[in-house]
Amino acid sequence: MFGKLSLSEIHYQDPIVMTAVVGSMLLGLAILALITYYGKWAYLWKEWLTSVDHKRIGVMYIILALVLLLRGFSDAMMMRGQQAMAVAGAQGFLPPDHYNQIFTAHGTIMIIFVAMPFLSGLINIIVPPQIGARDVAFPYLNAVSLWLTMAGAMLVMVSLGIGEFSKAGWSGYAPLTQLQYSPGSGVDYWLWALQLSGLGSLLTAVNFIVTIFSMRCPGMKLMRMPIFTWNALCTSILILFSFPVLTVALALVTFDRYIGTHFFSNDMGGNMMMYANLFWIWGHPEVYIVVLPAFGIFSEVVATFSRKRLFGYTSMVWATASITVLSFCVWLHHFFTMGAGPDVNFVFGMATMVIAIPTGVKIFNWLFTMYRGRIRFTTPMLWSMGFISTFAVGGMTGVLLAAPPADFVFHNSLFLVAHFHNVLIPGALFGYLAGYTYWFPKVFGFSLVESWGKWAFWCWLIGFYFAFIPLYVLGFMGMPRRMVFYDNPAWQTWLVIAALGSLLVAAGVLCHIIQLYVSIQRRNENRDLTGDSWNDGRTLEWATPSPPPEYNFATIPVVEDIDAFDDMKEKGTAYVRPQHYDEIHMPKNTASGLVNGILCFFFGFAMVWHIWWLAVASLLAIVAVVILRAADDDIFYTISASEVKEHEDERYRQLAAAGVSLPGAASAPLPPDQER
Amino acid sequence: MTPAQMSTHSDTAEVFEEHGTAGHQEFGFWLYLMSDLVLFSAIFATFAVLSESYAGGPTGAELFDLSFVFIETMLLLLSSAACGMAILAMHAGKDSRVLQWLALTFLLGLGFIAMELHEFQLLIAEGHGPGRSAYLSAFFTLVGTHGLHVASGLVWMAVMMYQVKTKGLSVMVQARMMRLSMFWHFLDIVWVAVFTVVYLMGAL
Repeated sequence: MFGKLSLSEIHYQDPIVMTAVVGSMLLGLAILALITYYGKWAYLWKEWLTSVDHKRIGVMYIILALVLLLRGFSDAMMMRGQQAMAVAGAQGFLPPDHYNQIFTAHGTIMIIFVAMPFLSGLINIIVPPQIGARDVAFPYLNAVSLWLTMAGAMLVMVSLGIGEFSKAGWSGYAPLTQLQYSPGSGVDYWLWALQLSGLGSLLTAVNFIVTIFSMRCPGMKLMRMPIFTWNALCTSILILFSFPVLTVALALVTFDRYIGTHFFSNDMGGNMMMYANLFWIWGHPEVYIVVLPAFGIFSEVVATFSRKRLFGYTSMVWATASITVLSFCVWLHHFFTMGAGPDVNFVFGMATMVIAIPTGVKIFNWLFTMYRGRIRFTTPMLWSMGFISTFAVGGMTGVLLAAPPADFVFHNSLFLVAHFHNVLIPGALFGYLAGYTYWFPKVFGFSLVESWGKWAFWCWLIGFYFAFIPLYVLGFMGMPRRMVFYDNPAWQTWLVIAALGSLLVAAGVLCHIIQLYVSIQRRNENRDLTGDSWNDGRTLEWATPSPPPEYNFATIPVVEDIDAFDDMKEKGTAYVRPQHYDEIHMPKNTASGLVNGILCFFFGFAMVWHIWWLAVASLLAIVAVVILRAADDDIFYTISASEVKEHEDERYRQLAAAGVSLPGAASAPLPPDQER
Repeated sequence: MTPAQMSTHSDTAEVFEEHGTAGHQEFGFWLYLMSDLVLFSAIFATFAVLSESYAGGPTGAELFDLSFVFIETMLLLLSSAACGMAILAMHAGKDSRVLQWLALTFLLGLGFIAMELHEFQLLIAEGHGPGRSAYLSAFFTLVGTHGLHVASGLVWMAVMMYQVKTKGLSVMVQARMMRLSMFWHFLDIVWVAVFTVVYLMGAL
């Protein structure tokens, strides 16, 4: 009835695990109780859970990312604590079995369930208004993507309490993931969680490539697109071409474990290095998938707060495009020691170093944008400047590792761990946090309190250096990664420094939580009435009110230049009222996305525990939901012109109250192609 | 009052055409097909790497009955032709003709799947299942993944026959038919590669 699942799979004797489980459950119950107390279930169902509005979906993605950031970060804290203690015979507080799960969960969560949802959320919220669109191309598919990602994340969370998580590292190298070496449920949780969320990411990519290519407003040629949108496009293309390879790699591991095939086993003809190749053919583009959107955010932030047009727009676009192509040509540098020989290693080493060129172009473009700009040191700008300097260091250690002879010495050491944290934390997370602060007022209509944001930034930045520079040193001293305890007492000092650094980062996380709380408390002091939240907005998302109405734009804007909104403000056309409004068609809410996500969760859970009847039943139910939804032809609703007008009247009253000078409606009639 | 509360009914077909939704869907489906092609490429690459990892088990030349696979191939190719005829009938606006051609496509596809399952069943019965060697793991995965696609296509085709029957050739149904035919022809192309790489190169 319950497959392999039995009560002994719940580790009630382990105090650390149980604290986490009980803590998460109490927190969950508290949230449910609060929703019930305030009577918000209907609101939650109508406005969020069944929503197909790209802005709502984006916010839900980011909530997921932030919650799992806390989970992944507590894993990091435990590892730092363990390694600071477990020297010369001391065992620390984590048994090896648990420690291995923690470093696996940390990597998996940070990449798949923090970075991916965070960037999907930001792309969801910002790309449609940046290109003057009312929605994405496939709003329902968008909801399906979200709930697939949620289902994957839920599997990871459930593994905390029921069974275990994978102990084979986030990259799950063969043959460790084979059934004979990892007989528990951990690898299966890892497989299905990645598989479900990977499918969600793939569908998001399809959605945004079509949206960006087909739904730009009149006048927005490709070379007038905001840089963030360009980066979103390149990221989507990378997802489209790389995620299917992950799907295959995971599926083959699944076959090995479930039906006894021999893809990656070390007997019967299996080829273990085939796994490493497949995994990194996805894994290396994945690095750029998470980094490119952040580059886009930095480009927007640096231009806005330097109050200048971005330096070298064209070169920025080409640099992004070259990175997109090159990122597919370097995967072998993740395993130079495989033994492919000096000629193969040479090619991949060179290709890796070549990526530093377009990345360098970007760095110089950001610097030249700031040069002679009138810089405003806002929180998003601080994140960007912290990124540029810190990322440059990480990039240089990357070039070091790209030389195969050096890599033979550094590989599998803490030097590598320091390197990839040194590119991913500034290169991805700092960018997302900049984007979070930068676009928060756009989404919620009030801005985040700057002082706490700056505290968070400084704690993060200084904490980062204290936490990771020691790891470079330890790498040089020969300390391998992923050690639960060690004998060399010379390493301990550096590990203690790193642990203190992680405490400083924890202070930064705390500042962020306080910032959110204080900002909500003081929301009425920090309202954004104009929609141009920072007053220097350059791109079209700032032309919408904050928060934007469901349809984003009452009339579709017409673009004449790069930085369309800045151009409109200069020409005095930014706040011109159209003479009349037309009715607007928007997609209806639907529960099918949510239902699909729940069914996929049950399917994944059933597969992990070999509960075959539940797996078959949920799979059939998924097919039924898809077929029923596909037969539904009544998917739009209409907002009448008078309703739009009423809403826009309110908007213009607000603009006038905020002191924006409004040109007369008659002075600029609508262009003819806007009259439907 | 939020816009969500102001909803009224609207004619989907009109909005569908006004928004250019069919074009977006077709473009999106092309993108999906490209990603599916990458998926097949990864499996083909795996097959190529493992194509001589027999682990003492049988080789392709010992297992394959080329004339059997040739008939299988012909069924799939003919079903693609029938699918093309269904689309022509759709453009001519003939509902019943569309249904007839779709039914023929369906039967030919079903025949293909039946033959493939028969082949799999024989292999497994003789002890040459996917667990016998890495080569056979790759064989079953590559051919089986294609077969799974064809089977999903059959389910989709059944749904479309029902929709054509109940809804007629509406704008939305026509758009779905177009995508189904893209999918079906795509599977044909992939099969040509499977036939060549797995069966011909394996048997020779």
